[in-house]
Amino acid sequence: MLIVPCPNCGPRNAADLRYVGESRPRPDPNSASAKEWRAYLYERANPAGMLRETWYCRSGCRRYFVLERDTVSNEFTNPPTPVAKLGKRP
Amino acid sequence: MKQRPPRYSAARLVSRAARKRVWPRVWREAPLRNSYDVVVIGGGVHGLATAYYLAANHGITNVAVLEKSYLGSGGSGRNTAILRSNYLTPEGVIFYDRSLDLYRTMAIDLNMNVMFSRRGHITLAHSDASLRTMHWRAEVNKLQGVDSSVIGPADIKKLAPVLDTSSHPRYPILGALYHPPGGIIRHDAVVWGYARGADTLGVEMHQKTEVVDIKVTGGDGPGGKGPGGRVTGVRTNRGDISAPVVVNCTAGWASLISDMAGVKLPISTRPLQAAVTEPVKVFLPVVVVSGTLHVYVSQTARGELVFGASVDPYNTYNIRGSLEFTEGTAGHLLELMPGISRMRLLRQWAGLCDMTPDYSPVMGFTPVEGFLCDVGWGTYGFKAGPVSGEQMAEAIATQRTPDLIGPFSLSRFERDALVGEKGAAAVGH
Repeated sequence: MLIVPCPNCGPRNAADLRYVGESRPRPDPNSASAKEWRAYLYERANPAGMLRETWYCRSGCRRYFVLERDTVSNEFTNPPTPVAKLGKRP
Repeated sequence: MKQRPPRYSAARLVSRAARKRVWPRVWREAPLRNSYDVVVIGGGVHGLATAYYLAANHGITNVAVLEKSYLGSGGSGRNTAILRSNYLTPEGVIFYDRSLDLYRTMAIDLNMNVMFSRRGHITLAHSDASLRTMHWRAEVNKLQGVDSSVIGPADIKKLAPVLDTSSHPRYPILGALYHPPGGIIRHDAVVWGYARGADTLGVEMHQKTEVVDIKVTGGDGPGGKGPGGRVTGVRTNRGDISAPVVVNCTAGWASLISDMAGVKLPISTRPLQAAVTEPVKVFLPVVVVSGTLHVYVSQTARGELVFGASVDPYNTYNIRGSLEFTEGTAGHLLELMPGISRMRLLRQWAGLCDMTPDYSPVMGFTPVEGFLCDVGWGTYGFKAGPVSGEQMAEAIATQRTPDLIGPFSLSRFERDALVGEKGAAAVGH
């Protein structure tokens, strides 16, 4: 199973966290076109390689954070660096 | 065509054995040409069925199926071989029912023993909420003419005496959706049957041929790819091929192939794990599924219990299994059938699933002319193989989207017309 390096709680089993998914910038709902909004909602890069993804540490610190992981080897970038602001869902 | 391969029959088996004749290879290994009318990427049941029906139903035989590994090496050889059509959406039910029809006559159509055992399929309900969903599914099924009904614990016990239908388990069995036409089949035989059938009709299968790029001109994106463009061919590790029609049937790798044409897909790749026990005497005559416990199990003709779970909870292209899966699923299985606790596990494996947001596939034409997709199959691709091939072949031959796959087009995400298929195995009910 995957060991996720939570920036607050340290290495945790992925079962302790919730996988939120690919992390993408959210377009401004007031100015985004319908096409941009649907692309944000549905389209996925789904790379075989490095992926920026959001996790939620549900049974630990209960924070959202963004990590980078190789989807082929399942290795997180070392050292794990939370790329987004903690506590706020990116 | 030069030489038709011998048909399989008991008489021929005896006569060839008596004359000590060696059986020829099941399909040819033709040299790779540099031009085809249709190139199908992916040599699984979907790709092979598409090629077969192109040749069989529409007379289009200048077709190449490109497979980066060996035929049936992906999900086609890794699924748990369960067939059913008791889905939740009317679109899904009618579609999978057509697939079951094709599976029913497949052994004769393809002259291959695919070992289809229509043994019945029960989906257990462990809560009032899931019992309500089962009633919902049964009614949708009946409206579409599919044989499904809700049965109580006493009837379940008659169908599968090994199941614990008492009130003792953590999640007692309250009822089930009974679907008599469901069953299991030998998935490898289906792949080989389509490959052999397609080969007989003149289609070429090229194994160890990996597509590294798709050539598109006139598109909006970088390099002339993307929406508005037109496919001119593919580049493989064995050379370039020109083709006006390229079909993506690559399941878990679908996003990577579509990216080559500049088409963005709403797909996430996740592994699904399955396992098989040692063979024992037959004791489980039906296929048993429990959405609440995330497990489905059937007993093969050899006597092994094959069981699987839902997809892993995060995206990955890595198909290494995990102890959590084996432990968790085995635990759930024991809750259903406490009597099998001494059975030993033989092996465990995983396959890649191409999950879409609404658990329905992405089929048909894309914004790039000549580039078609038959992807997004998630956890239910195998049972849809024949009908997908038939419908994709029709789409290619007639240049219009057949009604049966209309609801599953890529443009549904632009039209907000999603098809929420909560009858999929990946969904916990």
